Amino acid sequence: MINDINKIRQDFPILAEQVYGKPLVYLDNAATTQKPQIVIDTLRDYYLHENSNIHRGVHRLSQIATDKYEAARETVREFINAKFTDEIIFTAGTTASMNAFAYSFAKAYLKPGDEILISHMEHHSNIVPWQIACKDCGAVLKVIPIDDNGELMLDEFEKLISPRTKIVSLVHVSNSLGTVNPIQHIIAKAHKQNIPVMIDAAQSIQHLPIDVQKLDCDFLVFSGHKIYGPTGIGILYGKKKFLDEMPPYQGGGDMILSVTFEETKFNVLPYKFEAGTANIAGAIGLGEAIKYVKNIGLDFIATAEGELLDYATSLANEIPEIRIIGTAKEKSSVLSLDVKGIHPHDIGSILDRDGVAVRTGHHCTEPIMRRFNIPATTRASFSFYNTKAEVDALFASLQKVIKLFA
Amino acid sequence: MDNELNELYQQVILDHNKNPRNFGTLDHCTHEAEGFNPLCGDKFDVQMEIDGNVIKKIMFNGSGCAISKASASIMTTIIEGKTVEEAEKYFEIFHDLITSAPDAEIDEDALGKIAVLAGVREYPSRIKCANLAWHTMHNAIIENHDTITTDK
Repeated sequence: MINDINKIRQDFPILAEQVYGKPLVYLDNAATTQKPQIVIDTLRDYYLHENSNIHRGVHRLSQIATDKYEAARETVREFINAKFTDEIIFTAGTTASMNAFAYSFAKAYLKPGDEILISHMEHHSNIVPWQIACKDCGAVLKVIPIDDNGELMLDEFEKLISPRTKIVSLVHVSNSLGTVNPIQHIIAKAHKQNIPVMIDAAQSIQHLPIDVQKLDCDFLVFSGHKIYGPTGIGILYGKKKFLDEMPPYQGGGDMILSVTFEETKFNVLPYKFEAGTANIAGAIGLGEAIKYVKNIGLDFIATAEGELLDYATSLANEIPEIRIIGTAKEKSSVLSLDVKGIHPHDIGSILDRDGVAVRTGHHCTEPIMRRFNIPATTRASFSFYNTKAEVDALFASLQKVIKLFA
Repeated sequence: MDNELNELYQQVILDHNKNPRNFGTLDHCTHEAEGFNPLCGDKFDVQMEIDGNVIKKIMFNGSGCAISKASASIMTTIIEGKTVEEAEKYFEIFHDLITSAPDAEIDEDALGKIAVLAGVREYPSRIKCANLAWHTMHNAIIENHDTITTDK
């Protein structure tokens, strides 16, 4: 299929917005992606025509909502090629998935002295839930260091992994550096010692093809809103053999088979992990978003975003005041910048007045900021709907900043 | 550049950012506090030498964006030599200015040097930056040693 960028942009009504009288240049896609019309329509139609609770009612609307919710689960399964549909658990997002996972995995498998292996480039959501779990179960958090390019130090990984390691929990693509980690290699190494691996795919699911069976990862998490779907919906994937052994994270409705005051029998997968009324519209919206992405094509997305990143990187390299933070060989469409002597929040405010939306701050990765000895970065992150003209607008605005602060 | 940006990044602010006044640490300090904005990592220590009721010396140290740094620098030039009551009064004047509506009239004579920070009102996300050193100064005076944060 041949994609026309103008046609693609028309799928995203918000891209036609103006900010302070200037065309919106939305380069904050790693924070959240914009939504195509089809996703917006799906949410609207659901609330207009189908809203009702799932798995409960015998009435018509409840059946429609249940069918659509479960169809969305199947869409997700197919997209990441999970073996079973009931290995797909709906959550509120990556953070919710990580918290549920860390809690439940620790309860099932971790003992004092056991080790959890993460990396220096994790988002806080793959650090803090483990710290909480460690306090409860006495396990210890170990960290794979990164080098000056923002790549994992694989030799150090080999030294850190040991019989004490009970789980490797690793980000696929760094949200603040753009590094694409060699997860296939890491999973293979961990599996040689029978250690399961969790992959944080929050920043990769929208850019790279993911086949959980081929990767053979044991768990994987991502958010709907970063793959053109709604906020408040996310996925926890896990191999059935583990999920069956792991206790539920929350108790309540929908996750039970029977309840008496003496005893509760938990429901089967995936419902065991889906207590309470789910984000039904969100799940259905996520299903539509995935269909949209498949229709655009991950090959097209990789090419388009790769061109934007290469172009932006070459422009950044031409400006002596700019240093790129994150220069890994394998990168996704994130460009984190340090502009000499200028605080990212000043940069962000000035860019904003030119209609250019970027993220400024530590990106919930404070250990990375400390590693590079900076308080924050200015991060542009690209989607296939961005254009080279928008990259030009970013750099024109950055030049303005540099001139102002000269 | 549009007018609002000019308002925010005036030459005075750019100058205080580049050459902050009273930047460093005091040898003899009677009052100090630490300010931190977790949103952006801005961090400033404010130290004062208060003799009787007079702030004889004030210095600040740390790092932050141009707005937070310039605001801190301007603050020290205002506060130095004033009484504690006067400093608290300026803290109030500053606070009233920064939380007023962006288009509210300002009395430049009454505000004095503080007036250059009026442009921050156009940028709600940056008010915490401008506030940081002032709240830290206030905390040092009232001898509250908890690290203050403006991310509230």
